[in-house]
Amino acid sequence: MSTPARRPRQRWTGDYLYLFESLVLRDFRVRYRNMSLGVLWSLINPLVMMSVLTFIFGRVFGGERPPLFPVFVLCGLVPYNFFTLAFLSGTLSIVDNAPLVKRVPVPREIIPVVAVLSHVVHLLIQIALLITFVLAFGLHPVKAWLWLPVVWLLYVIFVCGLALGSSAINVYLRDTRYLVESFNTVLFYLVPIFYSFSIIPPRYAGIYQFNPVAAMVLATRNILLDGKSPPLSLVSNLLVVAAFTTSLGLLIFTRLKPRFYEHM
Amino acid sequence: MTESAIKTRAIPNGAVRFDRVSKSFAQKRGQKLLRERIGELLAPSRARRFEVLKDVSFTLAPGESLGLVGPNGAGKSTLLNLATGLCDPDSGTIETGGRIGALLELGAGFHPDLTGAENLRIHAALMGLSRQETGRQFEGIVDFSGVREFIQQPLRTYSHGMTLRLAFAVAAGVAPDVLLIDEIIGVGDQAFQDRAQHKIQELRRAGHTILLASHSEDLIASLCDRALWMDHGRVRMLGTVQEVFAAYRGNAG
Repeated sequence: MSTPARRPRQRWTGDYLYLFESLVLRDFRVRYRNMSLGVLWSLINPLVMMSVLTFIFGRVFGGERPPLFPVFVLCGLVPYNFFTLAFLSGTLSIVDNAPLVKRVPVPREIIPVVAVLSHVVHLLIQIALLITFVLAFGLHPVKAWLWLPVVWLLYVIFVCGLALGSSAINVYLRDTRYLVESFNTVLFYLVPIFYSFSIIPPRYAGIYQFNPVAAMVLATRNILLDGKSPPLSLVSNLLVVAAFTTSLGLLIFTRLKPRFYEHM
Repeated sequence: MTESAIKTRAIPNGAVRFDRVSKSFAQKRGQKLLRERIGELLAPSRARRFEVLKDVSFTLAPGESLGLVGPNGAGKSTLLNLATGLCDPDSGTIETGGRIGALLELGAGFHPDLTGAENLRIHAALMGLSRQETGRQFEGIVDFSGVREFIQQPLRTYSHGMTLRLAFAVAAGVAPDVLLIDEIIGVGDQAFQDRAQHKIQELRRAGHTILLASHSEDLIASLCDRALWMDHGRVRMLGTVQEVFAAYRGNAG
């Protein structure tokens, strides 16, 4: 009866880089403009958490703890913080940007990626804090540190992939955000932030390797505290996970995006 | 809804073509919770879909100016949304050539906490301007908007009219090949309306295509060559502005 719908894909013609930059800065500015201490908050949270965890698990729980415990904990907090914030922001990004999605024809994929990238500034500040602590505790920069940008880049790509998928699903199922929030809470204990990999019973160690956030924590500790490059298996796992989540995320997003408009 | 893999012949910049376009929405729109979806899976609802556009066809050559008239709910906004590329039709073909700029809502993408200048740059980037082009156009856009004194103030301090002027100034500055406007020009004081009309006329003379939905007959008469009368999602009439208005008035009277 009716001809099948055809719409030659109208490629958005514009300056992608400029758009990314503008939108990331927008998210960043909006977040910090109304806070009196502004960007300083990205330092206060990890410092407070680090102090509390060091106190509880260092003094109160006692027992054997890894050397340089405060920095050890911080190495766990930084990847965890970035993940939880970026994943949640990413998940909510399409829905939060409803006016944009419903009125401006930009490629929708940009939105969750921008949400994740807007936390990268936050992340860089925390990494700077981490490195400051490492240096303050007497460790010196070594060549292994060059691995830091590599693993962190893979990690950010991994989170972007997740955000692409979860943001699309969130449009259809608004409950998704509660799943993400619960997951983030549980993740705090599943990632060895305040404990070491070595105390994990061997039969569970395998599962831990599959958790990219845990892998990231391990890699960061290897590089900064041990001064060694992370195991190649870990890096290749991270690469595979990043590629997988990005492809899956894009697939989900592409399948779900035609009907975004109706559900917003 | 499938997307054809066939490459259509490229249509010229500024041209717009709708061919037998239909679009419907589910009765209940918006968000759904998990329990509602599960409910739907278990007991599929018989809710009829609401047909917004039925078999709409028209062609706009580059540089033409078309006015959309019709009662509320006729499907004018949906037509503009489809032309902009915000959603896809259920059936039919839509083709547009060149850069598309839409003024569908007041400052979509504007954020109240950012300054006018910051919002301006973001909006320009969204509409497809490059960094260099935005730099070149910035002063001109600020001048045209008439809010220069407040350009460094947060947008939430702006009045409705000021925001509208800024949004329009950006769209005019971008000067897209096809400009789509949904009734917002009718909002705003007389000074703004005059200025907006003047600018649109300028764009027309420069060969840009205009697609304008409005309840104001005067506006359509002065800005458009042809008019499309929509009623309940169908094209009731497509012709010159005089022809369509004669029929439209005749019908209402």
